[in-house]
Amino acid sequence: MASPNRHASFTLSTPGCGTLRAMAAAASFQRGESDVLRTRELTVAYGEKVAVKDVSLDIHDREVIALIGPSGCGKSTFLRTLNRMNDTVDGVRVTGTVELLGHDIYAKDVDPVLVRRHVGMVFQRPNPLAKSIFDNVAYGLRVAGMRDKKVLAQRVEDALTSAALFAEVKDRLHESALSLSGGQQQRLCVARALACEPSVLLMDEPASALDPISTEKMEELVVGLAKRLCIVIVTHSMNQALRVASRTAFFYLGELVEVGPTKELFESPQQERTTSYVTGRFG
Amino acid sequence: MNSPAVRGVRSFASRPIDRAPGLITTALTGACAFLLILMFGVVLVDVLRHGLSVLSWEFLSQPPREGMTKGGILPAIVGTTLLTLLMTVMTVPAGVLTAIYLCEYSPRDSRLAYVVRLCVKNLAGVPSIVYGLFGVGFFVSALGSGLDGALFGGHTTYGKGCLVWASGTLAILTLPVVVVATEEALLAVPREMRDASLALGATKLQTIVRVVLPRALPGILTGAILAIGRGAGEVAPILFTGAAYYLPELPTHMNDPFMNLGYHVYVLATQSPNMDQTRPLLYGTVLVLLVISFAMDLTAFVVRSRMRAKA
Repeated sequence: MASPNRHASFTLSTPGCGTLRAMAAAASFQRGESDVLRTRELTVAYGEKVAVKDVSLDIHDREVIALIGPSGCGKSTFLRTLNRMNDTVDGVRVTGTVELLGHDIYAKDVDPVLVRRHVGMVFQRPNPLAKSIFDNVAYGLRVAGMRDKKVLAQRVEDALTSAALFAEVKDRLHESALSLSGGQQQRLCVARALACEPSVLLMDEPASALDPISTEKMEELVVGLAKRLCIVIVTHSMNQALRVASRTAFFYLGELVEVGPTKELFESPQQERTTSYVTGRFG
Repeated sequence: MNSPAVRGVRSFASRPIDRAPGLITTALTGACAFLLILMFGVVLVDVLRHGLSVLSWEFLSQPPREGMTKGGILPAIVGTTLLTLLMTVMTVPAGVLTAIYLCEYSPRDSRLAYVVRLCVKNLAGVPSIVYGLFGVGFFVSALGSGLDGALFGGHTTYGKGCLVWASGTLAILTLPVVVVATEEALLAVPREMRDASLALGATKLQTIVRVVLPRALPGILTGAILAIGRGAGEVAPILFTGAAYYLPELPTHMNDPFMNLGYHVYVLATQSPNMDQTRPLLYGTVLVLLVISFAMDLTAFVVRSRMRAKA
């Protein structure tokens, strides 16, 4: 079944790229192709320390893939290479390739800013900007150059609805985002990312700072959103991976040890190290 | 017979000898703190007592007359205001941009940033009279005379002490205040907010302009106002760079000399032909200077607390 493609025209190169969906730069991403992200022999080092080693992983369209592993195993670092957020850290070296919709995002002429407009990210702790709820959600659109007030209002409403937050905030869109509860703030961060209509949503332990009820809402949200885009979620909780992810990748000491359908990975892991981790022998 | 598990204590009452160190410390620190209040009070009461009666519309709106024994201080008020305004226009943008470079753009182990920070620290420690000499040497002699030679056919136009050079000298003097305050304000903006902005596809410049600077604004404004307050009261840097002893006309051009409240105080106190007759005017001038300085500090305080409450 050929699904309508959201990634029709697409370019990441710098020259003259003012608009979000810049004009047709012959995208090599074909209709019907299912890998949104593809990493090959991806290695990330901070100075001497190698944080991610030779990771090759394909991430499919409209799936939720969980990255699990003990603290310091490189899963967050790996996540941050997928939208080039690691560029903001001094002394990071990345080798290997990351292809987003068929484009190598570490190619020389690629502007990381444009990459980030196609890849949403939600952080560990809710980090709303000290602006109104509306301005938070409109932020990504505005920095990309959108000025049309009607379109902005519509996109903000749509994004808040998609993030299951609109009903709670529709009467106070112009109040400070900092007045929201932690769980609401985190859903606002999801809405903010969705407003830019990304192809991928990266989530770095999005529920680790939330209470159980907010966590449940966040997980429902993740599952629902997977109908529209693919989600890469880093999590400390194996139960969370079981609840939300169709596939799970296990990282250990910077290496990708094993990846597979979540249930299989937990019930019949192929690797000794995975077995030890999922049965709780270390972690 | 059961003996208690806890050792007995004869009494919990303290003896005078035990209390003495505490009492002495309290008294000593308290006395020093009180001394501070006393000093401030003496200054304030003295200035108010002698100065209030001098304050009048005439005093604020007339130039000095009759060997400064009559009239007012309008030129000094206007001169100080213009001087401070010009200084602010120069020092705040330069200071804020410097701090933005240090905090946002320079790499972490940057040699240049290290040197800049070192310079800022040292600038802050230079005595203000040295700035005055520097102002004459650099602004008046080098820059001003150079301009005259290049643009005015050697006719002395900018090669003398005047408003713009005095403001420039004060701007350099107050630069460290602005840089340090701005840098602290920028550092206090959480990294998470920068990350949020960048992850949404904002450029570094957009992040600074839309997220970091608004967040740092209260701190920057406080720094700016403190710098202005400092600049408004300084005399030494402008002694040789443009302040005039007596000048009834108001300055109208960048290259006009000007009167200044701080300098006027010095003149009235030491250079007057008739001390007894100028003394009341002296008090009045000091009072005006104090009121302006306090108003600045108060503004800084209010701005800071307002913005804190909002954030």
